[in-house]
Amino acid sequence: MYANGRIGRVVAVSVGQRVTTDDQLARLLQIGIVLEEVVEARAYHHYQSLDEALDEEIETLLEDAAEESADHRERLETLIDGLGVDSVPFDEIESLVDARYGRTRPEDFDGVLYDQLCNEETAYKFYDDLIEAIHESDADFSVDREELLDTLETIREEESEGVREVTEVMERR
Amino acid sequence: MNTADQYLKTIYVIQQGTDGPASTGGIADALDVSPASANEMIGKLESRGLAEHEKYKGVHLTDDGIVRAREALQTYCIIERFLANVLAVEEFRTEARELEAVIDGTVADRLDTIIDRKPECPDCFDPETDACACLELVSNPPE
Repeated sequence: MYANGRIGRVVAVSVGQRVTTDDQLARLLQIGIVLEEVVEARAYHHYQSLDEALDEEIETLLEDAAEESADHRERLETLIDGLGVDSVPFDEIESLVDARYGRTRPEDFDGVLYDQLCNEETAYKFYDDLIEAIHESDADFSVDREELLDTLETIREEESEGVREVTEVMERR
Repeated sequence: MNTADQYLKTIYVIQQGTDGPASTGGIADALDVSPASANEMIGKLESRGLAEHEKYKGVHLTDDGIVRAREALQTYCIIERFLANVLAVEEFRTEARELEAVIDGTVADRLDTIIDRKPECPDCFDPETDACACLELVSNPPE
């Protein structure tokens, strides 16, 4: 440990990008669920806050985003069920989004689209890193590895399509 | 956050704590890696212009390195706060350390939209406790 007094008790960290235990995997899947819940709740808020001015294209985009997130959440919940871990209740995350939304909400259409783009890109990056971390690990998880990767890869692909869709809408406007 | 970020964060914390360069041995100890591994990564950080290594003195971060280290530290604070306050994880520090290599800064930014982080972050990071000094622990997640 460090020789210098003030930071002498800093705890050693493990370096690496692997998922090695069921608990770690379950926690990451819970984080995935929260990310999906944030997307769903924010899409709903955008919908409400821009209600009168919304055009059909953005309205559909927000509806689809919320529906897709709910679907991803269910698939992740099935996976963590197999690991014996609880999901994170949607209303809990929704109330946190409610509490902070005023501080982080986009101000106009461009902002809403940009926020959606961030959502899709963030989710893509999360699943991509998670898939890589699982590939890097030879750990035996309580859930079927093939099914796990299959589910995550499908979700990642849908997030990638989401990025394309939002980008296309942004380019058209 | 990737491995390079973990090194940057560690060097930054040592640098701040000692008001001087970080020794290779100190970095290796903090990250629980061999001095050879630490040297290898320090070389990579140098080649990317993020750190400078002076023989017999130690490593210090460049301005770019400091910016990235502070981002890494902020990502860590977000993960820690998220685990403690949203998921009510008891061992949030241990888990944050385990998860930081897998959670990217963009993902942390999204989690940041639902936590109540203080504006002084990441300066509030306390190396003694390896945690944010203004982190209030709640027994139950907020309703």
